[in-house]
Amino acid sequence: MKKAILILLCAALPGLSLASGGEHVKLDAVKIDLSDKASLQRGARTFVNYCLSCHSISYMRYNRMGEDLGLSEELVKANLMFASDKTGELMKAAMTREDGKKWFGTAPPDLSLVARSRGPEWFYTYMRSFYRDDKSSTGWNNSVFPSVAMPHVLHDVQGLQRAVYRTEKHESESVKDGKKVKKVTEEQVFDRFEIEKPGSMTPQQYDESMRDLANFMVYVGEPAKLVRYRLGISVLIFLAIFFVVAYLLKKEYWKDVH
Amino acid sequence: MEKLLAWIDDRFPLTKVWEEHLSKYYTPKNFNFWYYFGSLALLVLVMQIVTGIFLTMHYKPDTESAFASVEFIMRDVSWGWLIRYMHSTGASFFFIVVYLHMFRAMMYGSHRKPRELLWIIGVIIFVALMAESFMGYLLPWGNMSYWGAQVIISLFEAIPYIGPGLSEWIRGDFVVADATLNRFFAFHVIAIPLVLVILVFVHIVALHKVGSSNPDGIEIKKKKDANGIPLDGIPFHPYYTVKDIVGVVVFLMVFSAVVFFAPELGGWFLEHDNFVPANILQTPPEIVPLWYFTPYYSILRANTVSFILDAKVWGVIFMALSIMVFFFLPWLDRSPVKSIRYRGWIFKTALAFFVVAFVILGYLGTKSPQAIDLMLFPNVYWAQIFTIVYFAFFALMPWYTKIDKTKPVPERVTK
Repeated sequence: MKKAILILLCAALPGLSLASGGEHVKLDAVKIDLSDKASLQRGARTFVNYCLSCHSISYMRYNRMGEDLGLSEELVKANLMFASDKTGELMKAAMTREDGKKWFGTAPPDLSLVARSRGPEWFYTYMRSFYRDDKSSTGWNNSVFPSVAMPHVLHDVQGLQRAVYRTEKHESESVKDGKKVKKVTEEQVFDRFEIEKPGSMTPQQYDESMRDLANFMVYVGEPAKLVRYRLGISVLIFLAIFFVVAYLLKKEYWKDVH
Repeated sequence: MEKLLAWIDDRFPLTKVWEEHLSKYYTPKNFNFWYYFGSLALLVLVMQIVTGIFLTMHYKPDTESAFASVEFIMRDVSWGWLIRYMHSTGASFFFIVVYLHMFRAMMYGSHRKPRELLWIIGVIIFVALMAESFMGYLLPWGNMSYWGAQVIISLFEAIPYIGPGLSEWIRGDFVVADATLNRFFAFHVIAIPLVLVILVFVHIVALHKVGSSNPDGIEIKKKKDANGIPLDGIPFHPYYTVKDIVGVVVFLMVFSAVVFFAPELGGWFLEHDNFVPANILQTPPEIVPLWYFTPYYSILRANTVSFILDAKVWGVIFMALSIMVFFFLPWLDRSPVKSIRYRGWIFKTALAFFVVAFVILGYLGTKSPQAIDLMLFPNVYWAQIFTIVYFAFFALMPWYTKIDKTKPVPERVTK
């Protein structure tokens, strides 16, 4: 039994390193605003055009998305439905999981909840951190998710990005044969990204577009967020009024208790 | 109407029960803030049962569809998100309320004679509640659900001889799997709730037999008027029903603030890793239980020394002991007075140390043992220090409560 768990744990190790990789990368802040319907609609368009061919958001339905984003069924059908033809259907990827495994070595994960498990900041930074890497099999790498299996799908939009490193010198002293020895090690540290060949968008436009996409992913993660806050305010107002009534009732009953 | 009541009373003691437990149940008039949490615990229990029933209508206890069924509750079921958030937030609030309820008893000596059995029933409820929430946490079948259950069940493997067989028996498989999910579902939705409801009923029956204690820790039944009514007592209904309604409204405001504005509470009530479906090949970077178990999880991990038995076994023993020790509280306390109001500085200091230890152990339980999150040295050493403080509070209690100076206790309750 112990052996079985050990084997399982070992089998899980590569997954672990993948999942926790790039944990210490600084994530960029992103302004999430679900009341910005235009931003959500732009995010949805980017998602169905670039992501949905491989990644499902399989807990989301087309008609629900249309309703929430203020789009008519005709508009959804004409502009956002390429993988399905029934508006009540779940938003499943065109590619099967088996094909994904065959082509990329791992099935592209479902992204319904990525904004809840990883957070919008992670997603926003990740989408802007792909860079050319000749050592990887796809020719792409990502500083937020090292050795990621996915190539940069939006490279024609963002352009070709290259990582620029700076050299950092570390001095360390050690004692050898009674003598102090100074040792200088050099380390290549990631400094910044540079656009090598521009894409169809300027960097500002691309950031804005990825902010829309992150916004959309937050919505997809929890559609109830659109109504949750508003309802919460009504509930709290009701309870506040109820509190006054309950408090006065208590005071009335208790006035003869000393 | 009166005729109907008489007809019922001839066949069922309706008026008698009403009077005995509400309109003529005399309660001390000096209850303070801390006395809201009993009725609030009852409220949360009812809320968990009602929301649980509706969740059960849509949830599927099957490893293939459990995770998705929860997401469909969140999206496709009308008001499903609200019911689910009420249930998940309710679980955390259940523990907040119960911890405060227990702390009240420790402060005012509510567990002391003649309320020892009342306290013991309460501790059993607490243990049942832990089992209930542990099993419920597996049901969403998220990755943290899965690995949390995996780690906790594998603790039983530490028991010599029967351990490996025992944990396999609990899981119904070699790893946490469909069989585990199904049996946890059965326990979570019927077996333990049934036990909880019965125990809560018994808890209230025992309470009404001995009568409620109060912040002064004196018996109101000792001073009665000519009609045999306690001089400092007021009928539970209407006085405390109207007072508890105020408490309920305030509680619901805090509860709603979480449900509507922060149901994840930054990962404390709903963990981020649980939005990823269970994956046997991908361990979360740090496996942590939900916040209400973390003090005990810290105690479990604090023991690193193997002495006759494996260190892990000691961890399990100390964790079990840290909960079991509550059963003995009424007899560990040797003070002539019950309430903290009339105790000396030693008990007050000891209780303060205990609270600090409990909170810090809870915090450390969410962190990696090897990391340094407090200061100077790694978390595991701090956990060891505060585990000792935790147990010292109980172990030294017979001694320090005896030598502690006490103040004279009043005859009648004070404001």
